[in-house]
Amino acid sequence: MANPIAEGIYIVGVGMTPVGEHWETSLRHLALEAIQAARAEAGGLRPQLIYVANMLAPALSGQSHLGTLVADFAGLRGAEAMTVEAAGASGGAALRQAYLALRSGEAEAALVVGVEKLTDKGSSEVESALATAKDADYESVHGLTDTAQAALWMRRYLHEHGAPADALAGFSLTAHRNAVTNSHAMYRRAIEAEDYRKAAMVSEPLNLYDAAPLADGAAAVLLVRGDRLPPRLPHQPTRIAGSAMSTAALALHDQIDPLWMPAAAESTRRALQQAGLQPEEVQLFELHDRFSVQAALALEAAGFAARGQGWELAQNGAIALQGRLPVTTFGGSKARGDAGGATGLYQVAEAVLQLQGRAGENQVFGARVALVQCLGGAGGTAATHVLVQESKTGE
Amino acid sequence: METSRHWRLRQQRYALVGEVCPSCEQRIFPPRDLCPDCGEEARELYQFSGRGEVYSFTTVYQAPAGFEQEAPYPMAMVRLEEGPLVTAQLTDLGDRAVQIGMPVEMVTRKLRSDGERGMLVYGYKFRPLLNARS
Repeated sequence: MANPIAEGIYIVGVGMTPVGEHWETSLRHLALEAIQAARAEAGGLRPQLIYVANMLAPALSGQSHLGTLVADFAGLRGAEAMTVEAAGASGGAALRQAYLALRSGEAEAALVVGVEKLTDKGSSEVESALATAKDADYESVHGLTDTAQAALWMRRYLHEHGAPADALAGFSLTAHRNAVTNSHAMYRRAIEAEDYRKAAMVSEPLNLYDAAPLADGAAAVLLVRGDRLPPRLPHQPTRIAGSAMSTAALALHDQIDPLWMPAAAESTRRALQQAGLQPEEVQLFELHDRFSVQAALALEAAGFAARGQGWELAQNGAIALQGRLPVTTFGGSKARGDAGGATGLYQVAEAVLQLQGRAGENQVFGARVALVQCLGGAGGTAATHVLVQESKTGE
Repeated sequence: METSRHWRLRQQRYALVGEVCPSCEQRIFPPRDLCPDCGEEARELYQFSGRGEVYSFTTVYQAPAGFEQEAPYPMAMVRLEEGPLVTAQLTDLGDRAVQIGMPVEMVTRKLRSDGERGMLVYGYKFRPLLNARS
């Protein structure tokens, strides 16, 4: 009988830079800052394997080959290293690859670092770069942007489900409230329902508060196999109890039903099944709210709300820190900021802080089970993980 | 310049030619050679009528490179009458307000231009259906 601790994969260190406009800091320096913070939590543990999650460095920084760049710059030459790219899901996808590598037995410790530098270029260049994650021949060639696509998605959602114009406001309000006490958040201020109603339209019906700001940032997570846990760790390690990734159609118009995200549903189902948990046992959900409509669709795909009712959870307090299912507990992409391929690692690092009781004023009390989901494109990729905090006796 | 890239898609871009699945008769656009419904090979060409209705719509203000001159422009997803959903711009709207369900038809228009001396890319857009029966 295999030893369950030995089989498990644990997170032993996390590190994050603030999300924002880091004019003075380069891609490699951002990555280093997050890596050093994560390694410091594990006594300087040296990983044999590095996955760098990144989406747009080739387009916006003229830099590919990030695995070697980061390994070299972080004093980890010799380590096996490469980039993982899956659009906005790059962070979750990279964590998934590290998990698989450790489960294979080929490596004992792996570093996953997400890094993104989005503020060196102007907005039309960033829009063009982001659009490369769409179907170039049938979406981007028509001048479709991420934001416009989210607006198309949102209008159809509101129309088909007969939801009011401000149905999705609660996601933004919750995110902004949670970011006030998050020191690595980009927008540390609360907003009111009135602010949402009066917000400038970006692409109707999508307003300023329905879209997450994109900025620079890096987040790192250090993983170790259960039979190689370092002694005397400052924080009780967090176990990855479920890990799954799934794909759907690349183009939104090719989804069988654009208002249903099959990759999100399938990866959630598999991750929870691996963890031996029911959706009701999830105590917080770090969902990917690049756009508010995605938050509603993610709640529906995961089974926390019936189809067409995800928005209602944002209206009745269920997703607040003290609610039945807290989401975006540190502000999510909306208020912490979305750092492209690094976002998935921010989500994981934040969930770890919650489960280890290190979330300060953002603490979800008693949380031991977290669901973390990272989406790429219009739900074309979903990487979903279940994190569990075991009791100190290791039961 | 990417001339070949746009040239090889001319049948789709200019004439909305897709495919039909010989097994389940699903009409497929864009063509993908494998039926997304039943998984069988589907290489038989199929000419779409170009008619459909607006599934959703918005306006692009913050345009990507190559489209700055056109902004703001109306963007839509259109449900073709044969079934597939496509993403395209709306055109020839005049002062008509767009609505979900509005009947539209395909026309060929300039999609983008790569600078003054660059290539012009043409393709399908959708306009309100002329002589629409209400």
